[in-house]
Amino acid sequence: MTTLSAPAAAAPSVSASKPKPAPGPPSKRQRRRGEARRGARLGLLLIVPAAALELAIHIIPMMIGGWIAFHDLDQRHIRNWTQAPFVGLDNFIRGLDPGTATGAEFFATAGRTVLYVVIVLGFTWVLGMAAAVFLNSSFRGRGILRTLFLVPYAIPMYVGCIAWAFMFNQRDGMVNTLLSDLGLIDENPFWLIGDNAFFALVVVSIWSYWPFAFLMLLAAIQNVPQEAYEAAALDGASNWRQFWHITLPMVSSANGALVLLMALWLFNQFTVPFVLFGPASPDQAMLVSPLIFSNSFLQWDFGLGGAMSLLLLLGLLAVSAVYIRMVLPKGREDD
Amino acid sequence: MIETRGFRIARAIVLTLLSLFVVVPLYIIVATAFKPLEDVRGRFTWIPSSLTVEPFIEMWRTVPLADYFVNSVIVTMTATALSVLISIFASYAIARLSFPLKRPFSLVILSTQMFPGILFLLPLFLIFTQIQRAIGLQLNGNYLGLIITYLTFSLPFSIWMLSGYLRGIPRELEEAAMIDGSSRLGALFRVVLPVARPGIIAVGVFAFINAWSEVLFASVLTNNDTRTLPIGLQSYSSESDVLWNELMAASITVSLPIILAFLFVQRYLVAGLSAGAVK
Repeated sequence: MTTLSAPAAAAPSVSASKPKPAPGPPSKRQRRRGEARRGARLGLLLIVPAAALELAIHIIPMMIGGWIAFHDLDQRHIRNWTQAPFVGLDNFIRGLDPGTATGAEFFATAGRTVLYVVIVLGFTWVLGMAAAVFLNSSFRGRGILRTLFLVPYAIPMYVGCIAWAFMFNQRDGMVNTLLSDLGLIDENPFWLIGDNAFFALVVVSIWSYWPFAFLMLLAAIQNVPQEAYEAAALDGASNWRQFWHITLPMVSSANGALVLLMALWLFNQFTVPFVLFGPASPDQAMLVSPLIFSNSFLQWDFGLGGAMSLLLLLGLLAVSAVYIRMVLPKGREDD
Repeated sequence: MIETRGFRIARAIVLTLLSLFVVVPLYIIVATAFKPLEDVRGRFTWIPSSLTVEPFIEMWRTVPLADYFVNSVIVTMTATALSVLISIFASYAIARLSFPLKRPFSLVILSTQMFPGILFLLPLFLIFTQIQRAIGLQLNGNYLGLIITYLTFSLPFSIWMLSGYLRGIPRELEEAAMIDGSSRLGALFRVVLPVARPGIIAVGVFAFINAWSEVLFASVLTNNDTRTLPIGLQSYSSESDVLWNELMAASITVSLPIILAFLFVQRYLVAGLSAGAVK
């Protein structure tokens, strides 16, 4: 493909040196040049729908989101929002000054969200990897377990969250009933409000997300040639050493993609808290996305929500620069 | 892998615990759905006092579940079909053709994937309001607004995965078809796509699950006539009471179609993921 990599740049110089192409059948070189031009045209044509949608649904809204952050946009202006007054950095100062209650809440929420991502991702990865390794060996009932473990991923995430909300119910939910039957608690604690809410959020998130890690890791592990294990076993390597020195290195590229993808999903988490707690999360379990939702659609302070969004966007852009460097191998699209 | 005794014991323990973790909530969903109402009003019990299918009948009357179902089917199917078609085109271009702006396009596609939906929700809502005022095309509370939103949200992952998959298919296949007189698009549809079927099914399932389960945009962009299932199911709870048994019965009903679809395509899904995303 390298010969066709820069058709636009190559074309003028070639045509300048050959002002009058000889009549008759086109040379091989000319045919190839025509093909490259046609390829470029077709390529552009094929990405038009995707590019147009990206522009309309992602890029332009993102720019308008940036615009909102610098304007005093609330309920009064929602019907005619283009007329909202410009307020400069007011929203940022109001929302992000750690001295104020709003600012302190924003930073606490950002820190809590990072903690949430680390804990959930850690458990998700370990569970997914353990299941993938064990289900890659053969034993009776393997097929059933493989299917069973994918069920939480196959059902809509909100359905799982509804079930957990029922289980964590304070008055007579399954969790409190079980704990008091075992004699572990005297009084029923609240799980969906107060300090325990963060724990509930983490448990439900792990339940919802670990099958995805399992699926991706299983797919990667299945590509590891069986001979590698056999050779290692002949050399006397234990199962544990085989895992560290064969399995882990061979799934590392899948791993890189998986960890970053899940970290981003979790950082932007909205569905789990929304179904578990309702539109307003308890303060102790507030994550970044629900906080912005609450500022925008519960307090109707769009300017503040916009300012927080913009900050979040800048943070994620920094992460995404690293992400793309890691996930998109150099020169991959020129192969 | 040659298994030691320790490996087998660890396997038995870990898989048992994981199975319990997975099964308990699933069991509770199913058991609750078959419980009479007085069972779910009191203290939690593992075993229903009596089994009844009443919740599965009542759930259609308590809330307009059938309407929500139809809304979800229309939005999800349309968004999935369009998303698969559009990502086939874009991934083929990325995998096989060289064209100006290719790298910026791939970068934008990849990077929009990591932005949270919450960033786009309010601006999209405002844009849709403005479009309606300007040209009278209703997008808020309409299928169309939800469809184009869902479809766009599954594009980045689909394009990324499918272009990886298409790269793995030997170029010679379509070159042979083109030498036989087929156009490039003809070769794509007749030769490449049949081979890429596992990858295409995988991204289709991905788009379908995304759209079927989406909560955030559905909560703002739908109204009473276009309410989709995730938001509609909230109608089983009021301030004072939640009809848990009917809610669970409805949860099973909305999950069943995709569980079946998922099990059916499971083998394609693993093949598609390993060929596309992993390599």
